[in-house]
Amino acid sequence: MLLIPCPYCGERAESEFSYGGEAHIARPADPEKTSDADWADYLYTRTNTKGVYFERWMHAHGCRRWFNIARHTVSYDILAVYETGAPPPKFDTKSEV
Amino acid sequence: MSQRYRLPDGGRIDRTAPLNFRFNGTALRGYVGDTLASALLSNGIHLVGRSFKYHRPRGIFSAGAEEPNALVQLGTGARSDPNMHATQVELIEGLKARSQNCWPSVDFDISAINDRLSRFMPSGFYYKTFMWPAAFWMRYEYIIRHAAGLGTAPTGRDPDYNDKTFAHCDVLVVGAGPAGLAAALSAARTGARVILVEQDAEVGGALLGLAGEKIGGKPALDWVAAARAELVESADVRILTRTTAYGYFDHNFVGLLERLTDHIVDPPAHLPRHRLWKVRAKQVVLATGAIERPLVFRDNDRPGIMLAGACQTYLNRYAVKAGQKAVLFANNDGAYATANDLAAAGVKIAAIVDTRPNPEGPHSERAESAGLPVLAGHAIVGTTGDKRVRQVRIARLNDDGSAITGEAQEVDCDLLAVSGGWNPAVHLLSQARGKIRFDEERGTFVPMQTEQATHVAGACNGSFGLASCLTEGFATGETAAKAAGLSSKSRRKKTPAASNETFLPARWTWLVPSETPLGRGGKHFVDLQSDVTAADLKLAIREGYRSIEHVKRYTTTGMGTDQGKTGNVNAIGIIADTLDRPIAEVGVTTFRPPYTPVTFGAFAGRDVDDLLDPIRKTPMHGWHERAGALFEDVGQWRRPWYYPRAGEDLHKAVAREVAAVRTSLGVVDASTLGKIDIRGKDAATFLNRIYTNAWSKLEIGKCRYGLMLGENGMVMDDGVTARLGEYQFLMTTTTGNAAAVLQHMEEFLQTEWTDLDVQLTSVTEQFATISLAGPNARRLLSEMTHDIELSPNALPHMAFTEGTVASVPARVFRISFTGEMSYEINVPASYGMAVWQAVLTAGERYDITPYGTEAMHVLRAEKGYIIVGQETDGSVTPVDLGMDWVVSKKKDFVGRRSLARPDMLKPDRKQLVGLLTDDPQVVLPEGAQLVERALPNPPMPMIGYVTSSYGSPNLGRSIALALVKGGLARKGETIFAPLADGRVVPCTMTDPVFLDPEGERLRG
Repeated sequence: MLLIPCPYCGERAESEFSYGGEAHIARPADPEKTSDADWADYLYTRTNTKGVYFERWMHAHGCRRWFNIARHTVSYDILAVYETGAPPPKFDTKSEV
Repeated sequence: MSQRYRLPDGGRIDRTAPLNFRFNGTALRGYVGDTLASALLSNGIHLVGRSFKYHRPRGIFSAGAEEPNALVQLGTGARSDPNMHATQVELIEGLKARSQNCWPSVDFDISAINDRLSRFMPSGFYYKTFMWPAAFWMRYEYIIRHAAGLGTAPTGRDPDYNDKTFAHCDVLVVGAGPAGLAAALSAARTGARVILVEQDAEVGGALLGLAGEKIGGKPALDWVAAARAELVESADVRILTRTTAYGYFDHNFVGLLERLTDHIVDPPAHLPRHRLWKVRAKQVVLATGAIERPLVFRDNDRPGIMLAGACQTYLNRYAVKAGQKAVLFANNDGAYATANDLAAAGVKIAAIVDTRPNPEGPHSERAESAGLPVLAGHAIVGTTGDKRVRQVRIARLNDDGSAITGEAQEVDCDLLAVSGGWNPAVHLLSQARGKIRFDEERGTFVPMQTEQATHVAGACNGSFGLASCLTEGFATGETAAKAAGLSSKSRRKKTPAASNETFLPARWTWLVPSETPLGRGGKHFVDLQSDVTAADLKLAIREGYRSIEHVKRYTTTGMGTDQGKTGNVNAIGIIADTLDRPIAEVGVTTFRPPYTPVTFGAFAGRDVDDLLDPIRKTPMHGWHERAGALFEDVGQWRRPWYYPRAGEDLHKAVAREVAAVRTSLGVVDASTLGKIDIRGKDAATFLNRIYTNAWSKLEIGKCRYGLMLGENGMVMDDGVTARLGEYQFLMTTTTGNAAAVLQHMEEFLQTEWTDLDVQLTSVTEQFATISLAGPNARRLLSEMTHDIELSPNALPHMAFTEGTVASVPARVFRISFTGEMSYEINVPASYGMAVWQAVLTAGERYDITPYGTEAMHVLRAEKGYIIVGQETDGSVTPVDLGMDWVVSKKKDFVGRRSLARPDMLKPDRKQLVGLLTDDPQVVLPEGAQLVERALPNPPMPMIGYVTSSYGSPNLGRSIALALVKGGLARKGETIFAPLADGRVVPCTMTDPVFLDPEGERLRG
């Protein structure tokens, strides 16, 4: 069970959180002008990263705030935690894998 | 029966404390300090069970957690445990144990015929034989499982209770052998918070089973006692004995199972039986030791055949001779220690059979100087003895060990001690994704790399000598404490001196040859618990399996409850030899938790019965109970289902309740509907985006029905939302979906529309909701309020107002889920019961009738109102439901774009229709499949299914709702419902609104 550092509450067990999938998938600004393919991509396509993955979590049984973390999908190390809307931190992803 | 195999003195048992116990009904005696296995052996009992598949007689094989054979059923009735390792069960007064997997008895087992038939039952036999017809597999499986069984589940409720607890520490040390004790000591000396876990009843590990070991010049167990005393004195050290670290999960989360009362005859009531520890450790030290490996030779499974180290443990720790006349079969030096100890205790050593042509090493030399008969470069090529090994056949090996040369000689014995080397217990390390590698010199897999904050010490690290265990233990404990942030002020003491003998040198032999080809006469068992032989592994390879994971699954090797603790490395060695590939390339199968079985009760802890899941009750729940309501679970809520009067069944009660609503007045407790308070300057904008319809122009004091979609365009929820003020709305959600809806909306507010000024608050439990429905609803309500104007002009359908009802401040919504004139009265939850009772009393003159969810469902179905989760299943759009009227064409909202995706526009999507059976008396079962044309037999193409179906008392006939391909355009057409009982019911598709389509009743 992961130990997730909630940016608002501190380290808590994974069972307190809800997973929100890949981060930084913006809703298209004008859905009507978005092609079927691009809309389907927004809805369903996610990367399946081996290495550093940016993902969303929500502290469901705590502050109920959404936030992002950078997690290594091999080691499960949590490398960064940052607020929703902030840009993803930079990693030398090649050396991480 | 006397304990004729017990030594007169020695061991760690308490001879002043004899114990009585029963095994398969026979009264036996043992001592405090015994395990069930050691007590049985002291009584000369080896035969304890029958094997899984062939029902061969099996005996005690080990002295610990790796036991594959001696699985017993303990206790009776509700307090009974299957598959217990006799080698780990502490003996207590009155213990009752019995053999498993045998009938009628362990001595005479009818299914032993499987052994004779084994030629016809190779690996994959069940899959190959019982494949057809597929429908019979369930039946075959039942019989197979019955014949190849383990123990039986307890009957009745669990009379014990279990607990769960959390713990945090700097350093968790798993295993309290020499390495673990040393690690705990040096970590504790830095001031670290330490948890030391030991599965045994006492600390000491392998030292408990050895004789003559010295640490610092004194008996090793003196050092163990001193180490324990120092740890007990340390303030921040917790020693957990009888506790198994069963799983090593992510981020140094380790699961422990502590057994608190299994060793107590009459446990005090305040103690839980088991306690599940959830430990989050900054650093973990694995000092889990090593497990001895058997040798794979012909008929290596008879009772009386035992791991060499186990013989030694029974002798030294329990003062039990496992036999009178022993043969040792080994490929390494360390095993000679067993022969030396047995000989010293007066056991006749009939032969030491060593596959090594030149036995070298300290233990071998001692045996030789003691004059024990050693047969170097030999192997055991067969055994006899039905329920106890009686004789072994010994032959010389050729140079590469692949075959025997010359004639075999026969040697009588009643004990055969075997040793094929030692495997570090890397299970937890591997669970924690640590890497292991095959080490040629030590002939086994040793740790290579850790992935988490894990350290490994001692035999688990492949450092088998006692001195290495101590040195590594002390060093690792300190390293771990430092890594946990302790500044090392460890009062460093000198590591005490000890010998550093290991079991090496050895000669690796994966498969011991015999006189006949493999599989012809006799069996070379690799996995004793799953009854997998070397021939099975070779068959799997011949049939094309190459990956170790596939061979494992095909042969089931390593898939017993012991997970192949003794057998797996031999299996890998044999596979590697057969494929002519290095062992490192073949690799290992995945290690999975639990290390040893954990009871379900421990995982459940106190979360049983009433505490299994919260039950949510409305403020009026007590009234419903007193009124005799039957209840229905809706999510965690318990809602009145119907209120039967004397002699009424569901149908009669619902018919009465439904009729009352349509003719006079009904009342339903709607408090469970989700209520979300939505405030902020952008509240209306927010609703525009969340709901399919438009909200900006909704007047204050008015309500609107809304449909909520997921971004994929599928209906997610529906409900009525009222505008309480310019910047305040009250949303209602379906009962089961309130939390999900709140989360959905919060997510958009926090992650997509962060610029919106909107606050969401769940107020579901703050209000009780009493819903009046029926032609007399207005009359009753007007008698209960003096400040609310109820005329149709003042409070029309879909309007909202505030005032008092029964002198209680109330919000009154004129909304309807029944199609009747209806008022939903929201009052603060604490007034719910009072107002409900006032309504019921005042309503007597209208024969007010409380109704439950079943009547509510019939009423809404008569009107064609959908229920999310009944008419929808996450694949249904508003268009499919014929609800385009609620979908705005002018604005964006969540899910809108998806409605224009090509698949959403297909005319043959399943769409909502009403369904009228041609015979009005037939009520279709919900879920009934619908077809265009009924064929004599399945299969036939399905075009839809029934989502709701009821007998409607108001319409005097059955009604149903269904999702049918292209249904919206097919109203009036006939389709068929072939039922499970063979009937084929013709039905006509209709509009889903069966009653009052103009809505005159609800406008009243």
